Amino acid sequence: MDVLNIISEDLQSGNAESVNQKVQQALDEGIDLKTILDDALIAGMNEIGKKFRSHEIFLPDVLLAARAMQAGMDILKPLMEESSVSGKGKAVIGAVKGDLHDIGKNLVGIMLKGAGYEVIDLGKDVSPEKFAQVAMDENARVIGLSALLTTTMPMMKETIEHLRSVDKEGKIKVIIGGAPTTPEFAKDIRADAYAYDAVSAVDRIESLLSE
Amino acid sequence: MNDIRKMLSSGKVLVSDGATGTYLFSKGLNSGDSPERWNLTHPEHVLDIATSYADAGADLVHTNTFGGSVLKLQDYGLEGQAEEINSAAVSIIRKGLGNRVLISGSVGPSGKMLHPYGDVSPEEMEASFSTQTAALINAGVDLINIETMTSLDEALIALKAAKGIHKDIPVIASMTYDKTPRGFFTIMGDELKASTRSLEENGADIIGSNCGNGLSTMIDIASAFKEATSLPLLIQSNAGIPQYREGNLSFPESPEFFKEKMNALLGAGVSVIGGCCGTTVEHIRTIRTAVDAWNCR
Repeated sequence: MDVLNIISEDLQSGNAESVNQKVQQALDEGIDLKTILDDALIAGMNEIGKKFRSHEIFLPDVLLAARAMQAGMDILKPLMEESSVSGKGKAVIGAVKGDLHDIGKNLVGIMLKGAGYEVIDLGKDVSPEKFAQVAMDENARVIGLSALLTTTMPMMKETIEHLRSVDKEGKIKVIIGGAPTTPEFAKDIRADAYAYDAVSAVDRIESLLSE
Repeated sequence: MNDIRKMLSSGKVLVSDGATGTYLFSKGLNSGDSPERWNLTHPEHVLDIATSYADAGADLVHTNTFGGSVLKLQDYGLEGQAEEINSAAVSIIRKGLGNRVLISGSVGPSGKMLHPYGDVSPEEMEASFSTQTAALINAGVDLINIETMTSLDEALIALKAAKGIHKDIPVIASMTYDKTPRGFFTIMGDELKASTRSLEENGADIIGSNCGNGLSTMIDIASAFKEATSLPLLIQSNAGIPQYREGNLSFPESPEFFKEKMNALLGAGVSVIGGCCGTTVEHIRTIRTAVDAWNCR
């Protein structure tokens, strides 16, 4: 098995230390940054995403895989900043006002960094004003809103309405996700996209921004 | 103290209450505020909720302490008031309703993850639940309901904490499961039957499931439980997955829907039936009527 497959397998089994070492080994073997990212790290997370969606694996496995992905990214990040792999633009993410749950949002952050975005993570309990202001000031391309509670879902709508009132030209796209949310809900509150999980969030953002 | 175990041993089914959180929001709790703080600041609303469920026919009502563990209260900077908040939650109901109802001390998840997935140690988590359950028990709850758990390890720690405070306090251990092609699992990957056996071995008096994906799935869950344990079973379903239409959040499963499903749930052998997110006083009244008919068979 080549090193890229080994990285992908180790990532899926949550072996952070090995992923970190093998990513360095792959670089030393002369494999380019983009290939390591796409064919090892992101490929591994895509498998994790598939297995999570089909209930073959559960949240702990996803968290360990994400941690392993982060360990690989620690090696690649400084190199990405020097090369053209980075530079897909800025993404602002956070859990909406009133919501204190950030596991899913953190996973989205790791995946977006892996895909080459500069991630500005505003944390949890983030007001509509803060989302809009940071996104405008930083010239972000996309905002990712997260909510776990049914009681904070309406705050997603308020956040989007506020953003649209500030970003009159509609430059900034909005994607939402979180356990109680659905594609229908996303459409109803006029979000630009919905993602079931962190892996699909990256896919949806990529296609949203290439429109 | 009324003992729920004795009440259930006659074979009669008991009725529990409905949602607290969604009810508090309808009374003006703001998104982002601590629902548990209302035990100190708005005791009249907290009592109103318990009273309306008791009037609708609930045999047991839950304290407004779902997020009353020390670790959860930290999110609001209220960890120093854990004892006061949990104690007040019990006193409000006891003063208002006396011994008309059983008071069940609600103990929800800490919102934190244990090592190695999160940064909380088992010892810290046990201390957090011990402070909460000690306050609830000392203030006079009739039982403890450890609910909406998705981590078996966390549920076991809460169970150990409650039994450590008072070994005879009746404890319900209620987890939230998803249906998968391989059976029922929590989001953390704990399987229903294995979790149930483990909770039973560690002293749970009543086993249960709450929240979830609506009542139809709960009927299947109840049947699965019966293959794993002979302990009494509690089911508190939510009123389906919330839907958002034209600015309003609504739960799809009406009291009428509950009425239609009630005999299937009772037939599956459930001993305590109540509601979770989105269920109302009307849902509880409907359950009361069906349970009365069932108990008179």
